[in-house]
Amino acid sequence: MLQVSLYRYSPETDEAPKMQDFRVDTGGKDLMVLDVLELVKSQLDSSVAYRRSCREGVCGSDGLNMNGKNGLACITPLSEVVKKGKLVIRPLPGLPVIRDLVVDMSLFYAQYEKVEPYLQNDESPPEIERLQTPEDREKLDGLYECILCACCSTSCPSFWWNPERFIGPAGLLQSYRFLADSRDTATQERLSKLEDPFSVFRCHGIQNCASVCPKGLNPTKAIGHIKSMLLSKSN
Amino acid sequence: MSKLRTMDFDGVIVGGGGAGMRAALQLSKSGYNTAVISKVFPTRSHTVSAQGGITCAIASDDPDDDWRWHMYDTVKGSDYIGDQDAIEYMCSVGPEAIFELEHMGLPFSRTESGRIYQRPFGGQSKNFGEGGQAARTCAAADRTGHALLHTLYQNNIKNDTVFFNEWFAIDLVKNQSGAVVGVIAICIETGEVVFIKAKATVFATGGAGRIYASTTNAHINTGDGIGMALRAGFPVQDIEMWQFHPTGIHGAGTLVTEGCRGEGGYLINKDGERFMERYAPNAKDLAGRDVVARSMVLEIIEGRGCGPEADHVFLKLDHLGEEVLETRLPGICELSRTFAHADPVKEPIPVVPTCHYMMGGIPTNVHGQVLTVDSFGQDSIVPGLYACGEAACVSVHGANRLGGNSLLDLVVFGRASGLFIESALRDGIDVADPSSSDVEDACNRLNKVNENSKGEKSSDLRKELQNVMQNHFGVFRNGKFMREGIEKLVDLRSRIYDARLDDKSQQFNTARIENLELQNLFEVAEATAIVAEGREESRGAHAREDFQDRDDENWLCHSMYYPTDRKVGKRDVNFTPKTVDTFQPKIRTY
Repeated sequence: MLQVSLYRYSPETDEAPKMQDFRVDTGGKDLMVLDVLELVKSQLDSSVAYRRSCREGVCGSDGLNMNGKNGLACITPLSEVVKKGKLVIRPLPGLPVIRDLVVDMSLFYAQYEKVEPYLQNDESPPEIERLQTPEDREKLDGLYECILCACCSTSCPSFWWNPERFIGPAGLLQSYRFLADSRDTATQERLSKLEDPFSVFRCHGIQNCASVCPKGLNPTKAIGHIKSMLLSKSN
Repeated sequence: MSKLRTMDFDGVIVGGGGAGMRAALQLSKSGYNTAVISKVFPTRSHTVSAQGGITCAIASDDPDDDWRWHMYDTVKGSDYIGDQDAIEYMCSVGPEAIFELEHMGLPFSRTESGRIYQRPFGGQSKNFGEGGQAARTCAAADRTGHALLHTLYQNNIKNDTVFFNEWFAIDLVKNQSGAVVGVIAICIETGEVVFIKAKATVFATGGAGRIYASTTNAHINTGDGIGMALRAGFPVQDIEMWQFHPTGIHGAGTLVTEGCRGEGGYLINKDGERFMERYAPNAKDLAGRDVVARSMVLEIIEGRGCGPEADHVFLKLDHLGEEVLETRLPGICELSRTFAHADPVKEPIPVVPTCHYMMGGIPTNVHGQVLTVDSFGQDSIVPGLYACGEAACVSVHGANRLGGNSLLDLVVFGRASGLFIESALRDGIDVADPSSSDVEDACNRLNKVNENSKGEKSSDLRKELQNVMQNHFGVFRNGKFMREGIEKLVDLRSRIYDARLDDKSQQFNTARIENLELQNLFEVAEATAIVAEGREESRGAHAREDFQDRDDENWLCHSMYYPTDRKVGKRDVNFTPKTVDTFQPKIRTY
C-alpha cells in the first residue's frame, strides 16, 4: 500500500486548498506516478482533476510536483520519487491553480508566444525545401524537443517573481531555437526585443530548469547563448 | 436552454492535431474567421507521438523517386480498397505539402547535401515494386510528429487562429434541412456550454484506439468525431479496419517506430531466429504492418514467443551501434529505457502487436466533404460538414495503412479541406439558422450525462468495453467469437449511456468529460464489431480464421455502417485515378 497525499482544491466548494490522503494498492509494482493517479481516480475518487494525454512523456500534459520535484507523472516511476512509502503530489508551483492538480498556464503560454516562436525568413522560399547542412541542423538539437510541460519555468524563482516580465526558461529555449536556426533571418529583430533588463537577464543561472527538464534539455545553456548574442550585439 | 450563448465563425475545426491545425492554418491565412476547438492544448494532441516520419516522394534520397511509385505502394498496402483517386491526390500533392512544412520551420533531419533526410519504411518500393526497397520517409530524428505538430501550432499563432483550448465538442447541430451548422461545446475550465456556429464544421478529431485494452494511442483518442457523426445518423466507412502496430512495448503499449526496422533493426523469436525471413522473404521486417503483426502473433501462438510467459518477441537494435541509435532513434532509446527497462544499445526491446490506427472513419471526398449514400445508392454530400485526418476515411489507407502515410494524410487532406472551404466561403455559403429545438436536441446527451446519479462507474465500464474489443476483435477474428462479442456490446450500450456521474461540479470536471468520451468509444466499438462480423473475407488488417482468403468477387469494396438501423452496406472503391492507369488488384506478397 502506498500512501498518496494529493493537493485538492475545488473553486466551487473550497475556501482554501487542502491535502487529502489516499491509500493506493500498487500491487507491489513500480508504477508510474500517472498510473497511481489513474488508480485514485478510477477506484477511490472520480473527482480528482489532472491533465494527461500521451502517457509516454512527449505531450507535456502532466507536469506535476512530486515529493518536491517537478517532472512528468507518466514517466516518473515510483521508485524514483517515493520516500518512506509516501508520495506527495502537488500542482506545478508558481501558477494559479484552477482545480486540484490543474494549473492555469496562460502566463506560461503568453511568454512562449512573446518570443514569436515561428520561423521568420524574408526571402521567398525555393521550389523545394530550404537547404540546411547537417551541422546547422544539429544546432537545433536540445532545443526543438521542448514539450511545453512548464516543469522548468515553474521551478525557476526568477519566473515565480516576475512571471509577466521574465520570459522564463521554456520561452527562452524556444527563442534560442529560432536564433540558432540557419534558416531564420530575423536574428537582429529577435534580439532587439530581448534587450530589456527583465526578458532574459533575470536568469541568474541557478540551473533549476536543467535539473528538472524531463527531456534532458538545458535552458540555462540556451539562455547563456542568448546573453552572449545580446552582449556582442551591443558592443 | 434558450439562453445558450452562440459564437459565430466562418469555419470551426474540431480537433487541434495535425489535420485540424493544417486546415485551420489554411483558413486563417486567407483571413477567414477560424476557430479550433481542442479538448487539450493543441501540442498535447496525439500527432505529437508520431515518431518515424512522413512518407513522400520528395526525391531526396533517390533523385529519380516518383510519386507514382509511392502511389503503387499505397494501393498495394491498402489491399486494393484504398480509393485510387484519393491516393493519387495525396501522393502527387504530397511534395508541395512537405516543402511548405519545411518553409514553416519544421526541423527535419538532413542529408549531407542539405536536403531532408529520408529513411526506409515498410511496404516501400521503387519502380512499382520492381526496383527494391525505397527510402521515402522524411524524418525529424524519431520525433517527426512532435516537430510537425509544434510547427503547425506555431504557424497558427503567427496567423491569429482563434483557439478554444480545453473545450470539448459534444454533438453536431443540424438545421431543419439537415445541414450541419456547428457544434455544441463545453468549456472544460468553466463548464459553460456554448453553441459554436459555423458555415463550415471540420471534424479532425483523430482516432479511437482506446476502444482496445492494449493500444499505442493516447488517453484522449476516444473517437469523439466518429461518435458525433454516428449519433447524427451519418455512416462510417471501413471501420472494421484497425491496424495493429507490430512493435508496441510489451506491457506498456507505447509505440516503437517502424523506423527502427527501417534503420536496420529486426525481429527475433525465442530461438534468436529472424523469423520474418520465413513470412516475407523479400521485404522481411519491412513487409506491410498487417503481415508483420500476424507473423508475430503466429510465432507466439506456435510457442516461439519470448519471456517467461512466451507472450512477446524481441526487436533487436544493438547491432546498429550506439551512434546510429543516439542520432537516428534517440526517442526510442529513451522510451525503451523508461517503459521496457531495456537499453536498446545493449539488449533487444520486448514488443507485441498493439492497436495503433483506425483506417476507417467518416467517408469524405478529396476536398474533405463528408459523404453519405442516398436511397439510390449514390454518394451525396452532407452540407456544412467536413472531415480530415484519422477521423476521416477519404480513403487512402484502405484495409492497411503504410507507415509514414498517416502524417502525410493529415497534412495533405487538412490542407485540401482548408483550400476547399476557403473557396466555398469566397463564393458565399448561405445556410439557414437552426431552430431553438435543433440546438436543444444537440444538448440532450450532455443533459442526460449530468442527470445520471445511479448506474455503474464509467471506469469499470470502459475497462469492460476495452476487454471485449481486445478479446473478440483483435489481430485474428472469427465469426462465432465476434458474435459473442456483439452480444456483450448489446448489453453494454445502455449501461454505458446510464453510467453514473458522482461529480456534478462545473469547473474542470474531467469525470464528466470521461463519461462523454466513453459514449463515443462505445459508438466506435459497436460499429467496428458489427462490420467486422459482416465482412466475410480476410483483407489487410482484417484477418478472419473462418474466411481466410481475400474475396474480390464480393468484398473488393468499402464497407459502410449505417447507425440508424445498425446495418452493413457496401460502397464502390474508386479505381479511376486522373493521370495514371488503374492499379489492378493483384495477390499481395512482400
